[in-house]
Amino acid sequence: MGKDDVKLLSMWASPFCMRVKVALAEKDVAYEEILESDLMGAKTELLIKSNPVHKQVPVLLHDDKPVVESTNILTYIDEVWPAKPLLPACAYGKSRARFWADYIDRKVFPAGRNVWTAKEDDQVESARKEFLDILMYLDGTLGEQDYFNGDTFGFVDILLIGLTSWFPAFEKYGGFKVEDEYPKLAAWITRSYARETVSESLTSPEKITNFVGMMRQMYGIE
Amino acid sequence: MDVSEVVLLDFWASLFCMRVKIALAEKGVQYDCKEENLANKSQLLLQMNPVHKKIPVLIHHGKPISESNIIVQYIDEAWQNKHPPLLPSDPYLKAQARFWADFVDKKVPIICHIFLLRFSIDLICVEKNTQINDGARRIWSTKGEELEKAKREFIEWLNVLEEQLGDKAYLMGESFGYADIAMVPFYCWFYALETIGKMSIEKECPKVVAWMKRCMERESVSKSLPDPHKVYEFRLQKLNNKTT
Repeated sequence: MGKDDVKLLSMWASPFCMRVKVALAEKDVAYEEILESDLMGAKTELLIKSNPVHKQVPVLLHDDKPVVESTNILTYIDEVWPAKPLLPACAYGKSRARFWADYIDRKVFPAGRNVWTAKEDDQVESARKEFLDILMYLDGTLGEQDYFNGDTFGFVDILLIGLTSWFPAFEKYGGFKVEDEYPKLAAWITRSYARETVSESLTSPEKITNFVGMMRQMYGIE
Repeated sequence: MDVSEVVLLDFWASLFCMRVKIALAEKGVQYDCKEENLANKSQLLLQMNPVHKKIPVLIHHGKPISESNIIVQYIDEAWQNKHPPLLPSDPYLKAQARFWADFVDKKVPIICHIFLLRFSIDLICVEKNTQINDGARRIWSTKGEELEKAKREFIEWLNVLEEQLGDKAYLMGESFGYADIAMVPFYCWFYALETIGKMSIEKECPKVVAWMKRCMERESVSKSLPDPHKVYEFRLQKLNNKTT
């Protein structure tokens, strides 16, 4: 078997790219990161060629073959490098993981966006409530487990943990603290950040919060 | 196999339920189909899908699986010993199949919905000779533009599939599978879209229509999709109820 050539087209602020970095780190897969410039910059030819339909990061290039959409990339990584599996072994366990992956993908980031783009007090209030309702479901499904995957850090944990780098920004502009509302979920965040694969893959929340502040000024929200 | 081991909470006009029915039929799985009244959801549905409270839900050995594409993947894995496989075995091709099913999921339903809502209201007003007040007149005058914009968006997205198909029989190649199952239920909406939108999808995207017709030759598909005329009437009735 030849040596794998793995490249990741990514952008520093993207929580979807952070997920892929965590997954590659968990699997001990070496890769080259190719950073796209900031959101406002022009997209590179390589990105457009690799993801012509959506033209978005992240893109995993495995021996120059592109895999796109972060959740899809994670599933691919789990299948190609099966040691230390990220998904449960049984079909039912897999379907539960995929269900929560779909829920997280559909709900968390858009609701978070509603929080930091809200201008009037009543908009902030409504966005905060929506976001906290989503966290309620996640907190409920975590239950008393250490991880969403049970005893071991896995697929759903990786999908959510990248998004948590944006949580302090949501907290700042939404006027809430996850720790006060859902302490079990906050404990899971701390527990996950203690893993080197996570702390080394995620952009610092401080940098993200500054970035969000800058975007709010650009959009005339503040 | 006891059919009650496998239960599908269903609604006849739901595109997402059709995907599941196709997958179960492909694998030759017998099941108990329970039709839901969406205006009065059953306790079983609310219990089995408390987060979204939506159909389809597959219940296997008493355990629920929801979200149509997730259900189809589950069917492929739970009955992996039954031919045919719905997903390729190669991880890269599998990722491609998931990409296309996800593409369909993201774009086509939204566009179809916009389409039908916009055009059907028009049709109902004309059919009922509704009094046109100023508000309606304003809406009507912009409707032409919105109509054309919605049509363009819809065809643009179908053209992405047209290009992906190329000379292939199915979206992923020579075998019918997961990505085709994601799309083919939308074929029963084409008649409604063409009638209301006054367009020919076949003229714009001949390969897509040929692919849909090829899929319909499979019994699993033809038995799982309702009559397009029935779908058109149902859509009109639904919008009729909304505008009265």
